[in-house]
Amino acid sequence: MSGKRRDSLRFFGIGRIIGRLGQYRVPLILMLLTSALGSAVDIGVPLFQRYALNRFVALGTLKGLPGYILLYVSVILVSAVLNYISCIYGMKIEVGVDRDLRNEAFAHLQTLSFSYYNRNSVGYIHARVMSDTQRIGELCSWTLLNGAWQGCYLVGAVAVMLLTNARLALLVIAVLPVTALLFGLFQRELTRVNRDIREVNSKITGNFNESITGARTIKSLVIEDRMERDFVADTREMRRKSIRAARLRGLFSGTMHFASSLAIALVLWKGGYIAGTEIGTFSMFLSYAQGMMEPVRWVVDAVGSLVTTQVNIERLCRLLETEPDVTDSPEVTEKYGDSFHPKKENWEPLKGDIEFEDVSFRYPDGEETVLEHFSLKIPFGTNLAIVGETGAGKSTLASLICRFYEPTEGRMLIDGRDARERSQLWLHSAIGYVLQTPHLFSGTVRRNLLYGNPDATEEEIWRALELVSARDLVEGLENGLDTEVGEGGDLLSAGEKQLISFARAILANPRILILDEATASVDTITEQKIQSAMETVIRGRTSVVIAHRLSTVRNADWILRVEDGRIVEQGTHEQLMAARGGYWRLYTRQYEDEETLGVLG
Amino acid sequence: MEKKKKHQNLRMILDFLRGSKALFILSMLFSALAALADMVAPQIVRITLDYILGSAPLDTLPSFAVRGISLAGGVAILRQHIAWIALALVSLALVKALCQYAYEVSRTAAAETLVKTMRDSLFSHIERLPYAWHMKNRTGDIIQRCTSDIDTLKNFLAEQMTNLIRIVVLLALSVAFMLSMNTRLTLIAMLPVPVIILYSFYFHRKIGEAFLDCDENEGLLSAMAQENLTGVRVVRAFGRERDERDGFEAQNSYYTDLWMKLARPLATFWSVGDVLSGTQILLTVVFGALYCIRGTMGPGAYIAFLSYCAMMTWPVRMLGRMISEMSKAGVSLDRIRYIMDSPEERDTGSGLEPDLTGDIVFDHVTFSYEGGNEVLHDLSFTIPAGTTLGILGGTGSGKSTLMLLLDKLYELPEEQGRISVGGVDLREIRTEYLRRNIGMVLQEPFLFSRTIAENIAIQDDALGLEGVREAARAACLDETVMGFSKGYDTMVGERGLSLSGGQKQRTAIARTLTRDVPILVFDDSLSAVDTETDARIRSALESRFGKATVILISHRITTLSRADRILVLDRGRILEQGSHEELKRAGGLYQQICQIQSGSGEVVA
Repeated sequence: MSGKRRDSLRFFGIGRIIGRLGQYRVPLILMLLTSALGSAVDIGVPLFQRYALNRFVALGTLKGLPGYILLYVSVILVSAVLNYISCIYGMKIEVGVDRDLRNEAFAHLQTLSFSYYNRNSVGYIHARVMSDTQRIGELCSWTLLNGAWQGCYLVGAVAVMLLTNARLALLVIAVLPVTALLFGLFQRELTRVNRDIREVNSKITGNFNESITGARTIKSLVIEDRMERDFVADTREMRRKSIRAARLRGLFSGTMHFASSLAIALVLWKGGYIAGTEIGTFSMFLSYAQGMMEPVRWVVDAVGSLVTTQVNIERLCRLLETEPDVTDSPEVTEKYGDSFHPKKENWEPLKGDIEFEDVSFRYPDGEETVLEHFSLKIPFGTNLAIVGETGAGKSTLASLICRFYEPTEGRMLIDGRDARERSQLWLHSAIGYVLQTPHLFSGTVRRNLLYGNPDATEEEIWRALELVSARDLVEGLENGLDTEVGEGGDLLSAGEKQLISFARAILANPRILILDEATASVDTITEQKIQSAMETVIRGRTSVVIAHRLSTVRNADWILRVEDGRIVEQGTHEQLMAARGGYWRLYTRQYEDEETLGVLG
Repeated sequence: MEKKKKHQNLRMILDFLRGSKALFILSMLFSALAALADMVAPQIVRITLDYILGSAPLDTLPSFAVRGISLAGGVAILRQHIAWIALALVSLALVKALCQYAYEVSRTAAAETLVKTMRDSLFSHIERLPYAWHMKNRTGDIIQRCTSDIDTLKNFLAEQMTNLIRIVVLLALSVAFMLSMNTRLTLIAMLPVPVIILYSFYFHRKIGEAFLDCDENEGLLSAMAQENLTGVRVVRAFGRERDERDGFEAQNSYYTDLWMKLARPLATFWSVGDVLSGTQILLTVVFGALYCIRGTMGPGAYIAFLSYCAMMTWPVRMLGRMISEMSKAGVSLDRIRYIMDSPEERDTGSGLEPDLTGDIVFDHVTFSYEGGNEVLHDLSFTIPAGTTLGILGGTGSGKSTLMLLLDKLYELPEEQGRISVGGVDLREIRTEYLRRNIGMVLQEPFLFSRTIAENIAIQDDALGLEGVREAARAACLDETVMGFSKGYDTMVGERGLSLSGGQKQRTAIARTLTRDVPILVFDDSLSAVDTETDARIRSALESRFGKATVILISHRITTLSRADRILVLDRGRILEQGSHEELKRAGGLYQQICQIQSGSGEVVA
């Protein structure tokens, strides 16, 4: 039985995960052993009843009762101790496996490239880290533990019955395969329906979410009735599916009870005759007939849950086996260390010269080449601007500079050497990045500001805040720097978040500063303040400013205009204006209206 | 006070139970029938052993059982046809299986009907709560009330309560059947039962807090992973992978250790439970044997006793835990009632539906949010019918509050001024009618988790693809959408493609354009659209809504300059007003911003 078990587990994907469970081999074996033994002891209970009936009752004597009680009590205690041990090991394995896999998945995610994050939603990845690991932990502990217990019980009970009365035993056993088959049929259907139910359920939660976050829109559009109609359709679907699942569950438990009664009836019908001589044996058969359907049901249940867990295993393994697109070569790691073990003593200071050398680029999951043989020198201290319409691919260049992606052809040079000659962390440690949608971590304002530079002093913090005109903002907060920002910074407004994330980047004192539409969500006055602060901020750094409002980039040393993922124009503001191309058109659009009005007036 | 709360909770439950009460009662009935069938089977076995095969005198049986035996032909006939008794057992089993099935189905039907009623009521109620309520309460908290609190309540009513009733019925029936056979053995067999129940109850009560602690720490861990994943770009750009990993591992270990600390108490609990249940069986086995030898009981009854003990083992062990977990439902009830008791939005005025093409007048409007400072100070202005008003102002200037008031998303208190359209006070206009006639496009538009076509046609199912496309074309969106591989069937929102800010804004504009409205408000809703598209959309709007009264809120001079009149708002007061031309030369804030946006006039094409 145990051999068969192992095979089927390999089949259910356990083989892929077993290598990671090496350190749990001993607890696993002990858990299975104690569980199997505990079950063996449990099989003995009907035997005690048989003895009592056959000896004490049939012969009408109490001779040997003290010994009998003593033995019975010790069996109960042994069974309890065995269960205690297997339970402790089960727990240990469950949470241990869970923790180890989660740590491994999390650490691995820290090395994966952005293309992975672009392909998979946060919710999907999160489920791999949090729930897949949990499912696998359960499989390795309780599913196995129960398997050993129930399997043993089934085999042991059948063996005892066969040894006691083969003819009667075969009758009882005959019921098993039919029942198992029926269970299997229901189980498959039930799994399917349950999946549907989960889907509808998440849709309903989504509906609630929309009704609250979209309250203003729903009210303005006066579509309350429509939303409610759609919602009721979903809850109706939910009820229908749930009742369908209940029908299957009802068939399930109905069949189980019926099968066990059928076995009892068979024992009574064909075994009634032994009652006269051996009433204890008769009672034992009744007990087994009653107790055997549970293991059968369990085996069928377990197969069902194994099928689901197999999916979890596959998904988690796929995550763990995904290679990052951008990796450091062994030699580089040897010298500079990896993301988790940096060898900062070997890091040469980063100056801040950047060069695109004949770079072509295609996104790992895309087909189109978005950059072709592009060369550009960005000497240290340059302020480079990238402009263009929303969705035109302005961020691609910044991603290449940050080495979030590797060029398909050509080289990125940092301080005159191929970026691949140094570690990613070496480069990232010198970069400050401000995103269009700022991301803050839950915790205090201070924690967020210190994110890029944990050693910054109070004075440095306030200076950085002042530089981005955020001093008033922080001083106005309830607890100043120690104000909680909420999950994702949601207790602050979009503009406030942006100012904090701006200050965070400044505080890291980066050699390379990247502002990705950083002022899109602040109002004009604040934008103007930041604009004037930028003059100070970008001094002594290489900076890349991505913007679609052209007035913010006029003073840049070099401007690239991107359209449909390609660079269509480049030069200084004066050169581009003189060229009278798209940049000029975009830039002067704001004036055209006024000019026209002026002529008309 | 406490009593009143209980009363209100009960009233809400009864209201939720409308439509499922009968089903619940039905399910309880089936459950009792199934339990009864369970109890009868050992009796048949016992009678067969003791009276049919054995020689116990029939007069110790209840009269209906004796009548049953004689109906089947008497003891002698039955002894030769044990198969008949087996058949009776099988038929009984069939009845039991049917009852079990009917119980499962009716219980689920009841539970799901209840959940449906609760969800539908909550959803419908939330939809109709005033906007101010939505602003006051946190989304996550409300969602939790609508999901996990509903689940807790459902569990309580449909699982815990029904299970409790089921187990109590089961126990009562087994005790009754046991008593009918042997009083003293019944007492002995039942002796450990209260101990088991109390033990389990106190254990779960004690460990409950530890479980809660585990749950909370799992939540923290989960939130950590979530934040790391959403902020992956920040983590990388600052090179903080190691700290992130270390933080996660620390929390992960802490959480795991919490569970490990529970391993011993849990394992002890189960083992002690095993011992107690084992003792119950042991007592029954030993004393049963004793009574059999003494002749006060037949072996059939003995076996039946053992069957009853086996049947009640698990229900009894579950009972203590169930009782200890029941108190949770009260908290959930209060949390749900908080929502249900919040009053829905209601029209206080006379519900007029006047023509809304007239002048919009703000007359000495003063407003402050609940518990906050005044955001509007005695504002008065008029928007003549069919003209465009531009509003310029920074954050906190009160510009968005004005629009919330105009849409009656916030109610203007009686003594704080008056807003009217065509001379009719807003308070007298039916809210739904008013909103239906104001097209409002917001700065951060909200799109629903549906296809683009469904989003655009959300106000009008019957619009059809051509109608959708026409609106999209006017909003300069058609070309973009046709570029998507699934076109208008592309899913957007939370579970679909994430559109850029500009694409979202254009979708929202298209959505507004599907209805012909006399009043249009663009609340900074072109900010994420590039200048070129902005101009194209504005001219499309002009040709489509030539006669509508339009309010344009923007901090872009190019957008504002098209307005007939412009208000410059600052901290709830009108700082300047006039046409673009006037304000441009007025030497005020407007002029200053003009210069900022035109690059101080350095660049002249």
